[in-house]
Order: sequence, then C-alpha cells, then structure tokens
Amino acid sequence: NIFKFVQFKFLLCSYLITFDELKTDYKNPIDQCNTLNPTVEKVKKIKRVKIALKLVLPEYLIHAFFCVMFLCAAEWLTLGLNMPLLAYHIWRYMSRPVMSGPGLYDPTTIMNADILAYCQKEGWCKLAFYLLSFFYYLYGMIYVLVSS
Amino acid sequence: MASRYACHAALSGNFFLGTALTLGRFFLLGPVQNSLMHSSQMLDGQGFGSTVPGLYSHQIPTKVPVHPSSGQYNFGGSQNVSLLSNQGSGQTLNRPPAGLISMAPLQHTSSVPQMLPPSQNSAAIPSSSSSFVPGAYPPALSNWQYGQTPMSQPTGSQTNHFAHVAGTLPTQPLSSGSTNPATSYQYTVSPGGPPLQNSYMKPGFVPPPVNRPLASAFPPARPPLGPPQAGGPPLVRPSAPPVGPPNSSLPQPLLNSAANQEGKGLINSVYLNLKMGRNVGYSYPTLPPGYQNASSPGAPGMQSSPLQYQAGPQPFPQPALGTNHITGSMSGLSLQPEGLRSINLLQERNILPTTPLQAPVPNLHEEIQKLNCNPELFRCTLTNIPQTQALLNKAKLPLGLLLHPFKDLSQLPVVTSSTIVRCRSCRTYINPFVSFLDQRRWKCNLCYRVNDVPEEFMYNPVTRVYGEPHKRPEVQNATIEFMAPSEYMLRPPQPPVYLFVFDVSHNAIETGYLTTVSKTLLDNLDLLPGNTRTKIGFITFDSTIHFYSLQEGLSQPQMLIVSDIEDVFIPMPENLLVNLNENKELIQDLLRTLPQMFTKSLETQSALGPALQAAFKLMSPTGGRISVFQTQLPSVGVGSLKSREEPNQRASAKDIHLTPSTDFYKKLALDCSGQQVAVDLFLLSGQYSDLASLGCISRYSAGSVYYYQSYHHQHNPVQVEKLQKELKRYLTRKIGFEAVMRIRCTKGLSIHTFHGNFFVRSTDLLSLPNVNPDAGYAVQMSVEESLTDMPVVSFQSALLYTSSKGERRIRVHTMCLPVVTTLNDVYLGADVQAITGLLANMAVDRSVSASLSDARDALVNAVIDSLSAYRSSVLSIQQPGLMAPYSLRLFPLHVLALLKQKAFQTGTNIRLDERIFTMCQVKNQPLIFLMLMTHPNLYRVDNLTDEGALNINDRTIPQPPILQLSVEKLSRDGAYLMDAGSVMFMWVGKNCGQNFVSQVLGVPSYVSIPQNMTHLPELETAESTRTIAFISWLREQRPFFPILHIIRDESPLKSSFLQNMIEDRTESALSYYEFLLHIQQQVNK
Repeated sequence: NIFKFVQFKFLLCSYLITFDELKTDYKNPIDQCNTLNPTVEKVKKIKRVKIALKLVLPEYLIHAFFCVMFLCAAEWLTLGLNMPLLAYHIWRYMSRPVMSGPGLYDPTTIMNADILAYCQKEGWCKLAFYLLSFFYYLYGMIYVLVSS
Repeated sequence: MASRYACHAALSGNFFLGTALTLGRFFLLGPVQNSLMHSSQMLDGQGFGSTVPGLYSHQIPTKVPVHPSSGQYNFGGSQNVSLLSNQGSGQTLNRPPAGLISMAPLQHTSSVPQMLPPSQNSAAIPSSSSSFVPGAYPPALSNWQYGQTPMSQPTGSQTNHFAHVAGTLPTQPLSSGSTNPATSYQYTVSPGGPPLQNSYMKPGFVPPPVNRPLASAFPPARPPLGPPQAGGPPLVRPSAPPVGPPNSSLPQPLLNSAANQEGKGLINSVYLNLKMGRNVGYSYPTLPPGYQNASSPGAPGMQSSPLQYQAGPQPFPQPALGTNHITGSMSGLSLQPEGLRSINLLQERNILPTTPLQAPVPNLHEEIQKLNCNPELFRCTLTNIPQTQALLNKAKLPLGLLLHPFKDLSQLPVVTSSTIVRCRSCRTYINPFVSFLDQRRWKCNLCYRVNDVPEEFMYNPVTRVYGEPHKRPEVQNATIEFMAPSEYMLRPPQPPVYLFVFDVSHNAIETGYLTTVSKTLLDNLDLLPGNTRTKIGFITFDSTIHFYSLQEGLSQPQMLIVSDIEDVFIPMPENLLVNLNENKELIQDLLRTLPQMFTKSLETQSALGPALQAAFKLMSPTGGRISVFQTQLPSVGVGSLKSREEPNQRASAKDIHLTPSTDFYKKLALDCSGQQVAVDLFLLSGQYSDLASLGCISRYSAGSVYYYQSYHHQHNPVQVEKLQKELKRYLTRKIGFEAVMRIRCTKGLSIHTFHGNFFVRSTDLLSLPNVNPDAGYAVQMSVEESLTDMPVVSFQSALLYTSSKGERRIRVHTMCLPVVTTLNDVYLGADVQAITGLLANMAVDRSVSASLSDARDALVNAVIDSLSAYRSSVLSIQQPGLMAPYSLRLFPLHVLALLKQKAFQTGTNIRLDERIFTMCQVKNQPLIFLMLMTHPNLYRVDNLTDEGALNINDRTIPQPPILQLSVEKLSRDGAYLMDAGSVMFMWVGKNCGQNFVSQVLGVPSYVSIPQNMTHLPELETAESTRTIAFISWLREQRPFFPILHIIRDESPLKSSFLQNMIEDRTESALSYYEFLLHIQQQVNK
C-alpha cells in the first residue's frame, strides 16, 4: 500500500503540472484578441501554439507512464478509466502526419482554423478529464491513508 | 537549425509591428533617438522580438497626440517611380504647427510631447527646433519637406520647414462661414519669409474656442437638405448607426452635427442601374449647406464627381458609405427582376454566355464601387456577405476570397511617403473605405477605431492641395503600392539571388533539356529582374553534387565536385554565387559549355535531396530563388523516393498516393521559407517522379511547379517550345523577395483556411519567400460574430516585399462588400466562378486528407445542398424542375467541369504525376486561368470576322462567341478552337471549307493535314491573319504557353479534345443533362 501512496503523491504533482501547462497552452486566444492590440495578441498566439506543439508528446508519455503504474498496482478500475484516453493517444500518434521527427502537429496545417479549433477543444476536454481524475486520485489516496 | 528557424519566424512575425515599435520608441526617447534607430538598429532586426509587445502596449494607454508625422516625409526625390509623388513641386510646404508638437520635445529629454500644454503650441515656435543639425540625421530627419529639396538643410533655412504659416486663422473660419476650422487655413508659400507665429491649435486636441460658435451656428443650417441631384425617391431610414463613438473630445461641433444628421434620417437614395442589371446605387446624403461653401474644392476631379456635396474637404464622404446601405439594398432589390430570376436548369439549355463571364458587381453605391478593387485581383465568392454564420450555413455556399495580389498591373499608383497611415489598433492601411470623421480623424473600416490623420496626410501630392486627406491617392485607390520605410525591414533588403540546380544524370542528358534551358537562360541573362547587386549561381548533380566557381580572373569556370552526399558541405565560401554583371562573361561561358559537359555521363542516380540541401546552404545567408530542374525520381541520399504508382490500380480512386511519402521536402521547404529562399521545381520526367512528395519543396516555400510530361528534345518537340516560352516568362517576370502577405478583414469575419503555395505563419500571415505575378491564392472565411449594424465589410490584403531593385514595397488591395440579412440576397450576390475556384481548392485539400472519391462527393454535394437550400428557403412556389438562382445558373456546369478535370476525374487515363500537377495548379493558379482549365472556351474559327473585334496596337483581334462544350455544337463544316488554358485544340471538321484549309492551315486539302500539326503557317491571307491574331492574343494574356494542336477526326489527340467536351457523356462521367437530373433527384428528395 505504501507503493500506492507514493504513486498517488507523484500523480498529484504531475497532474498539477499538466494542468498548469494545459491551462496556459490552450487558453483560448481568440477571447483575448478583442483587447487593445490584436497584433500583439497574434504574436503571442503563435508562440503559444509553438509551445503547445512541444508539450504534447511529454503529456502522452506521462499519461502512458501512469497507466503502466496503475497496471503494476493492479488498480483495475482506474486503469479502465484511463484506457480510452490511452487508446485515443495511441490513435492520435499513429495517425499523425508523415514526419521524420517526433511531433504530432504539422506546422503547415496547424494554422488552419478547423485544426486549431479541434486542438483547442481537445485540450479543454482533456483538461476536464485530468481534473476529474485528479480529484478521484486524491480521494483514493486519502482513503488509503485513512484506512491503513 | 530548428531553433534558428523558430527564432527567425518569431522575429519576422513582428514585421508589421515595425511602425508600432518605432512609435513606442518615439515616445520614450524622443525624435532624435527615433531617427537614429531608423538608420541603424532597425536594419539588423535583432532584439525586437520580445520587446515589442511590451513597448507597444505600454505606449497605447498613453494615447497621445502623436503624430507619426514626426518621421521623415520625403515626397519626391530620386526614388520616385510614382506619378503621385510630389516631384518638382519645389515649394516647401508649410506645416501647421501640429507637427511642432513632436518637434518640441527636443528640448526635453523624454516622453514629454504628450504633456505639452496646448498653449505652447500657439506660442511662438521656437526656431530652436532647428537644433536638429540636419546633416547629422540622414534621411530620417528630412521630414517636413515636400519638395525635392535635399535633406541636408542649412540650419538657417530650417525655418522654412515649419514657420511659414500664413493665415492667422481664428478669424477666418468665422468670416467664411465655414464649419471646418482646418480648411480655413490658408497656406501661402513664401519661402524665405520670416517665421510667423501660429496661433492655430489642432482641433484634434483642444478645440479652440473660436470653433464653438460655429458649432452652434451649424444645426440650423441642416434642415434644408436638398434632394439629391440625381433624383430618386428620398428614403427615410429607419435607423442609423452612429457614425462613431463620440468618446473623443475632438471637434465637437463637427461630430455632433454629423451624428445628428444621421439621426434625423434624412437620407436620399438614388437607384441606378449598372451594367449587370442588378446594382443599386445610393447617393450620399447631401450635406448641409453649411458645408457646401466650406472651401474651394481644389481637386479638379471634384467637380466632375456626381457626389452631392460640393464641399471641399469637409463632407467626410465615407461615413455615408455604409449608413444608408441596408435600407437601400433592401428596397433596391425589388427593382431588379433579372438578378432575382430563378432559372429552371432542365429547361434552359443555353445558359452559357457567349462572352467571357464577368465577376458580379457588388451591390454598392456607384461611387464606392468605382473605388473598389479590381475583381481580377481580389474577389469574393459572395459579393453580398451574409450577416451571420447561421445565414451562411443556410446558404450552403462557401465564403472566401480569391486573390491575385502580385498581378502585373499597367497602372499602379505608388506612394512614396515616410509615414504610411495605418490604424493604430489593427494596423490596417488607410484605404478608400475608411470614414473621415472630420479632417483630423479617420475611422478604421476594419476595427472601427478612430485614428488621427497625421500631418503629412493633410497634403495631397497629386492635387497639391492642403487639407484634403480624403483626396489622397491612398484614399482614392483600392490598389496601391507604398514604398516602405526602414521600419518595414528586418534586415537590409536582400539582393536578387538566383540559383539554378540542374539534374545532369544520364536520364536528364537524354532528354536534352539542358540545351534548351542554357540557351534560354543565356538569351535572357540581361532580362533577369535585378540591379547591380544581382547574384547568380549554378549547381549540377547526378549522384554527386557539382559546384561552379565563377571567381573573377578565372579563364573558365571551375567545377568542384562534392561526392559526400551524406553530409553535404559547401566546398568554398565565396564565388559560388557571384555578381551577375561583374562576371557575365564567365557565366555565359559556363552556360555555353554546360550542355556538352555531361554528354558522356553514365551516372543514372539522382541525388536531388542532397543537392537541395547544398543549394539551401548556399542561399541561406541571403535568401533568393532556387530553380530546380529534375527529370527522374530521386534515388540516392536523403529524400530518395520509391516509385509508388501502380498503373493497374489507377482506376481505383482509393489507393492513389496523393500524400507525400516523406516529409524531407516539406521540412526543407520550411527551412527555406525561414531563410527567405523559394524553390521552383521544373519536372521534366517521362516516368513517375512522385510529384506528391517533390512538390512539397515548392508548395511550402512559395515556389511554383512546372511539369513537362515526357519532355524530350526530339520525340516531343512541342514541349521544347513550351519550356522555352514558359522559361522565358519565368526568368523575366517580376519577382518579389522576402515577402509576407497579411489579410485583414472587418471585425467579425475571420480567416478559416488558406490555399496556395506558402507557409502560414500565423492565422492571417503568409510567409512568401518569393512572390511572383502568376500566383493566385484563396482564402476561406467564416463569420465569427454576427455583423449586425455593419452595412459593409472590407477585406484588405497587404503584401510586403523587396523588389528586384532592392526597394521594400507594400502592395495593398482593399475590397468593400455589402452585408445582407436575407438568404435571397446572399444568392443574388453569389459569384459562381469564385465559388467554383474555392470549391476546387477545398476539394484538393479533401482529396489529400481523405480521398479522391470523398472530394468528388463533396463537390456534388455542394451543388445539391445549395440548390436545395435555395429551393426550400427562397422559392415560395414549388415549381417542377431544377430551379437555380440566376447567379448560380452555371454552378452545376462548373462543378461538372471540375469533376471532369484532370485533378478530380476518375478513370485510368491519367497519370498520377499529371493529376498531382493539376492539383498544384488548382492551388496556385489565379482564378481566371483555373476557370479556363476547368471549363475551356470553345470558339468557331473558320468564319472569323472583324465584327466586334478588339483593336489593340493596330492589331485587329476578332472576338468569336463562346460556344457550349458539346459535340452537338460542332459541325462538320467548321473548324473550332478549344482554349483549355495550358493547351489549345483546333478541331477541323471533315467538310470544313476548302477556303479555311488552304487559307489558314496552308494545306491543299483536309486529308493532307498532318497528324501532329502544332503551328499555323503565317499566310498572307486575311483569314490567316485573323486566326493567328486571335490565337496569339489568347496566348499573350497568360503566363504559360498553350500548345496548339490541330486535330482532325483520325488524330490520336481527338480523345483529349473530346474529354474537354464537358457537357457530353464520357465513359466514366455523366453528361450535363444527366448530371442535372441526378441533382434534381437529390434536391427534390
């Protein structure tokens, strides 16, 4: 059980980080464009997209790592909850555009409104999922602590 | 490399922030530092990246009476190409003291200008401002001069720049009864006169008390609004959007009066029918008489203009632009039965117009429309913009723009001015559709921010009249070019650099292309666009890479071979790219020997990838253009490809390889784009060469692709001529380097997707390392927020580029379109050609991302959806048949033509490379050529007459009517010319008149027409002259060279000719009538 505890603690930190990353990266830039100077906003938006491109792979890796940990800890229910997302990640990675290097997004098409909107939506959905599971893990951890 | 690229992109992302930046600095540092920065810091482009936003946003809230005018104003001078430049005016224009505000801070050290109390302005202008030591600040400080007077002014004459303000103004406006404080200025040109004190204060900041009484005198003058001169029923507008936020404290009287006037709703509308029969014109509201005697018009154009206000600068025409529009268009429509008519496509078979289809004219006031952008340059699929996305979705038509921004223009106004007037908020360039709230302020038509009119802008260099900002060329031309000052440069303008990369493997030598290319290049070496800085270089490759050192002093070019293609390096740092003028003999020598150098080569491998890497390394310090000639599949080194075409599977539309098999070329293209290098690909290949992968190199670096299928100098001589002609055009056409294009649109609209060859660097910014006059672009738009209260919307494309002469220029196109609220109006304004063009672009994307059959389905669905939406939502009475709005009557035909086009057709008779090349063309061709390739024009040419002929330069060009593309229109007694854009067919009927055969074709009889005849003999007969004049006229209009095939019934090319008969049935595609039936079935479901 101590194993589980460490794992949950680790989770806690990681998800906080992920949460933060996602929040900054996928913040809807369009909302901000109505401010005084849209030009500056646009520059910021480009930078944001660029950062987002770099963070996607680590996110996938972290999530996959957790799934493996859940598997080791025989947390079948948690694992089951995470399976769909894992599958989605794998599918996403498999169907990425032709690329010799790592990376999921094609720089030539990311500015396409459809793709950009899709990525944003995806980001928000994942953020919600991570948040919910974070609280679930927290609950799990406290439960384990109390009961042990 | 990656990080370098990213860094660069980030830096150049700030390109357009240039001015903002300078302004920001200006506040902080004062003019002197500003000018210094102009001259030095700006050039290296470094260090602005991160600081910009901070500076700028910091500057915004201060909101100061800044006049960017403090910059240089260098009208005239040697640079001027323009008609508009004020060359020779000779006089030193007096500047009103407003400018002095920015001069004054000289005495202070930092951002004082804002705080200067106005009283200081009216105080004597200290000639201490001549503490500018003119010599010390090069052009940057040559401000204030309108003449050619050189920048370095002796200090003594400094006074000239600002001090001669004659009229002592306050009294004048009163006496003249003018409401405009500014116009009452009288500028006397008295060079050398004593500096006069000026008591005038800028109305923009502190309205002098003198103006107030005027304001009160104003309203009474309003009621007697006269009827418009053109006549017409006066309309009472139900509601009028306020002209502008009355937040600013500026010339209160003026603003109020304008708003009041609108509020009263006394607007007169005039209906005028234009040529399309569906245009409604609206006059501007007449202006209060108070305006009308404001000041003398000055501009000669003024009197001739049918505008109702004769007033001078005062009328602020633009606010009226939109205000009365909605009502006008609503009521106007009812007068237009023609446009509203719906057509039963099944019944009316002859819908194809006999003259080339013209773009619909937007439903705008005639005066506005006159200023609107030429549809050849800028076109929208819906000339009536739907107000909401819901309405757009309902109409089921794509909303988008088709651009041809760098088209060769015979008349292009060029403005040389140090201050380019742009909106402070959205950076829109001032354009004919902005509204002038008063003389000192204009309201941006894209973001609706109110901006100040800078001081220089008050002077009109064309008419040489002061105080008429709305008569400036910038406000009179929707297409205009600015000479950009140094803020628009991240680095000094690059020299034109051309690098040619030739495939010299055995296969390439076999085709013999090198002879043609070398010869053409040799002939046109002097015509390459450029100046004394032009650089040129050559690389050849087979399985190794050969560089050519063209060092001065060498007796002949020296070849350097690099055989290490795994890790390509540049063998010597210099002399591989050399100055064209200084080394011309050596270059000519090389071009003469090049074709013979490899004749014995047995090397069959092709290392294209490494050669491109080498070329990129060579070019990256400067940027420029790489022209690659490739004849086969690259087989060694990075970027080598495998053959993916399986001829047996061509039929199944599913498995064809439209996507690149490697991302090497795409990544290299992005690197190139980052270093301002464009790659143009000439593919002269007999076998499959995987254009889908190779084409990426041009696609993302804003190059162009040329494809000569089965090029061979002996077996395929027509291709040789085609290559020669097109290469000549390619070499000599205009070129713009290190370009970026930004497309702005009115708030509420947003850009969805771009189509064309470029790299999209931001949601509205395209990176174009090179821009050429033959490239077209398409943009999909969406309506993000409802466009309520906006009678019109505007689109602006701004292309910033370095010309081959090393000047930084900005070409701006602005288009203005009305907004409508009903579906009927949306259909009324549909531009069927633009819709087809945009759909074709979208279909290419779809076939790459999904599949060809998906794309075809999407095309058909586009027709079905729009026609059924029309049927269900617009038509009140359900009639049998297939009803289409008049504007879309050609829609099914054009879509059918797209389905039969090489890019989208099914069937086995098209090679993969050819299909992909056609797709590249769909993406990259301007709309007119795309339409021609999709739906060819058919003419009967055996009975050409001079009736209705064009006369151009003493040549008579007959204009035969365009026929429908159906065999039923062909007659055996005639000869027909089919113009399919890149190819032409002349079909000669079996019983064609002997006259035509002998007089035009120059052969005794029909039977003796050769199988592969591709030229018309020049005969001394009237018929021959006419035919040749017609064909060469058609050819001259386009940047590529269509081969003319003369075919008769037995010719092998007859099938290609019949392929293009779009209305007829082919083995795999429906006839037009069947297609209509199919659509009808779906629509009525």
